[in-house]
Amino acid sequence: MTAQEVRLCGLLLQEHFGEVVERIGTHLLRGGAQNLRTIANETNTPLDLVKKSLCVLVQHGVCDFGSGRRGPGSPVEYRGNCERVLRILRYPRYIYTAKTLYGDTGELIVEEVLQRGHMTMSNTVKTVADRLTHNMEEGRSMEYSEVVSSFSKLVETHFLQRCPPVAETATAAPSATPATHRTPASVTPPTAESNPDCYKLPPVTLTGRGKRRRSSDDGEEPGGVKKAKMDSESCGDEGIYWQVNFERFHQHFRDQAIISAVASKLDQTSSEIVRTMLRMSEVTTTPTAAYTQPLSANEIFRSLPPNYSISRPILDQGGSLTGRSDLHRALANLARATLESVVQERFGSRSARIFRLLLRKRHLEQKQVEDFAMIPAKEAKDMLYTLLSENLVQLQEIPKTPDHAPSRTFYLYTVNQLPTARLLLQHCYKTVANLIERRLFETKENKRLLEKSQRIEAILASLQASGAEPEQLTEVEEMITAPERQQLEALRHHINKLDSTENQVDETIFLLESYIISTKSK
Amino acid sequence: MAGRGRGRGRGCMSFSIEAVGIGKGENLPPSILQPTPLFPPMEHKPVPLVIGEEAEYMLALKQEFRGAMKTLPFYVHPAVPKKDVERYSDKYQNSEPSDNTIEWNPDWKRLPKELRIRTRKPLKENTCLSVETPVGNKPSRKTRVDKEEIISKLEVGITLEKREEEVTSDEEEGEKKSPEEEEKDGEEEYDEEEYEEETDYIMSYFDNGEEFGGDSDDNMDEAIY
Repeated sequence: MTAQEVRLCGLLLQEHFGEVVERIGTHLLRGGAQNLRTIANETNTPLDLVKKSLCVLVQHGVCDFGSGRRGPGSPVEYRGNCERVLRILRYPRYIYTAKTLYGDTGELIVEEVLQRGHMTMSNTVKTVADRLTHNMEEGRSMEYSEVVSSFSKLVETHFLQRCPPVAETATAAPSATPATHRTPASVTPPTAESNPDCYKLPPVTLTGRGKRRRSSDDGEEPGGVKKAKMDSESCGDEGIYWQVNFERFHQHFRDQAIISAVASKLDQTSSEIVRTMLRMSEVTTTPTAAYTQPLSANEIFRSLPPNYSISRPILDQGGSLTGRSDLHRALANLARATLESVVQERFGSRSARIFRLLLRKRHLEQKQVEDFAMIPAKEAKDMLYTLLSENLVQLQEIPKTPDHAPSRTFYLYTVNQLPTARLLLQHCYKTVANLIERRLFETKENKRLLEKSQRIEAILASLQASGAEPEQLTEVEEMITAPERQQLEALRHHINKLDSTENQVDETIFLLESYIISTKSK
Repeated sequence: MAGRGRGRGRGCMSFSIEAVGIGKGENLPPSILQPTPLFPPMEHKPVPLVIGEEAEYMLALKQEFRGAMKTLPFYVHPAVPKKDVERYSDKYQNSEPSDNTIEWNPDWKRLPKELRIRTRKPLKENTCLSVETPVGNKPSRKTRVDKEEIISKLEVGITLEKREEEVTSDEEEGEKKSPEEEEKDGEEEYDEEEYEEETDYIMSYFDNGEEFGGDSDDNMDEAIY
């Protein structure tokens, strides 16, 4: 957990859960596993607020708890999970992906589960049906069965998974007899995948329609009393909670990135082939596998979409009769492309040329760099030193003699892809943290103006609802002067830009993170 | 050791600077004496942002999500700082409850026992939670039931002497009213009965002044003091 990561996590927690949770969360992330009393004392927070914050953090999967270090008798310890907080940046992307794959229903399901951390299936279905009904025209409502079918599709394709069962905590009564050797309680909580029922839908049938929320009277629809009863009855799937399977979404994003890269490098046909291969191995490949399952050419041929009529010889030309995607290589290539483009945008195309050269040729001397890159010596030197000072390029000494005399040593410039990727990833975290801070600053600067505009909008809405004349409306609208309106417009534009930039930087973060994780598992 | 080569020109370093590429007598950029400027001028303009339907939709999703999180009970507000003097306007300001209750109902089986706090029913009607929170309601329901019992007991105790009042209070008890209304009726009834029955003062002694000045119209020649 680097300082930049903790800073970014703190800002994300503050925006979504408030300052109290931010303080507790940051303390957990910085300090490792701690028990309740320690947290309360060191953060100077009242115990009840600490308890509330920990409940919120556990609900959203940010915090894990387990029995203490000193064995089953010691107080429960809580651990923060930095990665999980950083996922919050990517929520819009998850929701948008669900929308493209499963429509509005899928989008709302994923959004609800992300907002609540984890939910039971019955709760999700009811809430989503109500929300969809609210947006439909008068008189129409959403059937629960439609929402259930979308939910099932999400579970079948592993985008949603069951929450892992809670490990036995220290508060369970120890029942070991003195004779048996007490094994130490395992500190790592069970993962979702370790549960064999991870993707099994609960045997519950939900029937009904979404309720339209009316502010005036509640029981207007026929059978309104019956519906209220169904809410309070348990639907039979108590205790089975569902959460979003982030790894599966990441797999999807990675596949998309590979397919678009293939499409731009080769041609449309090849990208279709790759897309088919990846889709067929979606559910069978584990997220960290280096290769997809080998597929025979026959299977690929059969699964291609019907409008792509490719003759067999072309398919055979693409490789051996069994096709296999090397995912690690693909990720490494994508990461390398990212690094190169970063250097290009920051230092110019000639520095980028030097950088690419060093990536391909590994080690080069000063003279060789000038020759290969076809750049005059002085400028090449300048660019190399700039890159060196930014730590994107390293110097490697190779002594000729055992005494390492400077006049008799080779000094070679080199680029190491993995450390450079890590460095850029930290820069990305810092960038997003700066963007968030700037956005908060802008909002705070113009707080008065924003509040005023909100109040006026509320007044306008209530006037319109009660049917006022146009003169009254214009009178209220004129309460905001023209320069204030301009200022508001500029403010909104800035905030939108900052938000949009955060989303874009997150795409780079995703690529670099995937690459780094793929190298770890080798 | 660092200062050994002071006399020899630029300043000797541990490695030969020719190898790295700095030629003899070449002009190096001046050494930096202060931190780099906060906003250095950019030589290369950054690439413009990606604009498009997808980007705009994700932007809208992000802002909506943030707004929604602020309304959910997971957004924990800090404890209201204790003011020095109680202000009159505090009664009318709707401050968020920051005491030791929790506004949503987590599954306590999935949390360690030490984190358990009292749950409280969500204040607004239009939160999306459809799970009822029964824990917090029981004490208040119990107290309401107790109040009703006490009121009915008092009513019965008072009206033992006079049958008419007993009949009316029974009728009023028989009507299904909300607890507040019943409580109010009980109080009103109680007041009347106290007025009529419970006081030590005999009612006939009380002269409410309506008859004053009515009798003395006959003898007008005597002065009125």
